[in-house]
Amino acid sequence: MPSTFETVANIIAETCDIPRDTITPDSHAIDDLGIDSLDFLDIAFAIDKAFGIKLPLEQWTQEVNDGKASTEQYFVLKNLCARIDDLVAAKGK
Amino acid sequence: MRIEYFQLIDRIIDLNLNDLTIRVEANVPTQSTIFEGHFPGRPLMPGVLLIESMAQASGWLIIARTKFTKMPFLAALKEVKLRTFVTPGQQLMVAAKIVHEGSGFARTEATIEIDGKAICDTSITFRVVDFPQGEFRANMDEVARRIGLPLESVAHG
Repeated sequence: MPSTFETVANIIAETCDIPRDTITPDSHAIDDLGIDSLDFLDIAFAIDKAFGIKLPLEQWTQEVNDGKASTEQYFVLKNLCARIDDLVAAKGK
Repeated sequence: MRIEYFQLIDRIIDLNLNDLTIRVEANVPTQSTIFEGHFPGRPLMPGVLLIESMAQASGWLIIARTKFTKMPFLAALKEVKLRTFVTPGQQLMVAAKIVHEGSGFARTEATIEIDGKAICDTSITFRVVDFPQGEFRANMDEVARRIGLPLESVAHG
């Protein structure tokens, strides 16, 4: 079974036509990979489907806009994957 | 249908909030200034307006689903297929289904048929934001009544 990161990286590569080998756990989806908000909707759709969750994008965006969180917390891929794992774990409870 | 005012839906025929589906009727007018240019001597319903009609059907479904608390705005289209010409006077049957409700977005699959024949289909992504209030809301309520959105089953939020 592929890791969360492998699944997410493959989704990003396929959705945004980004070479897979340029995507690392430390990549920032926005700053390093150049993914914009519209492309991120496609990624969120694929992640939601792949993991059976609902990424709370509205909440994350609000927190970033309010200065309560940094974009790194949600959009550096290793952090994004940790959030996904948390959501998957919460779903199973 | 009043194309010039972007009123592309005439009547909601069926709204099923369990299956997350909607079917609407849309009658292409026999005359419109749009047909004078698209095209002179060969009037055709513009493909972008067929897409818009699928977006509007999807949009009303999302509005009904969220009980007027959220407003969808067209964000992206995938795999749009315009399979044949549509001419003045034809009756469109537009259908849509919500296939995913994300956080701040939704995706639908929509189709248009004429007499049971597939005319168009696409997958549509919407950004979904808090429903604007004031004049916008009043206008949308009026449109909802005009197209027969069953307000009693969608009790406003």
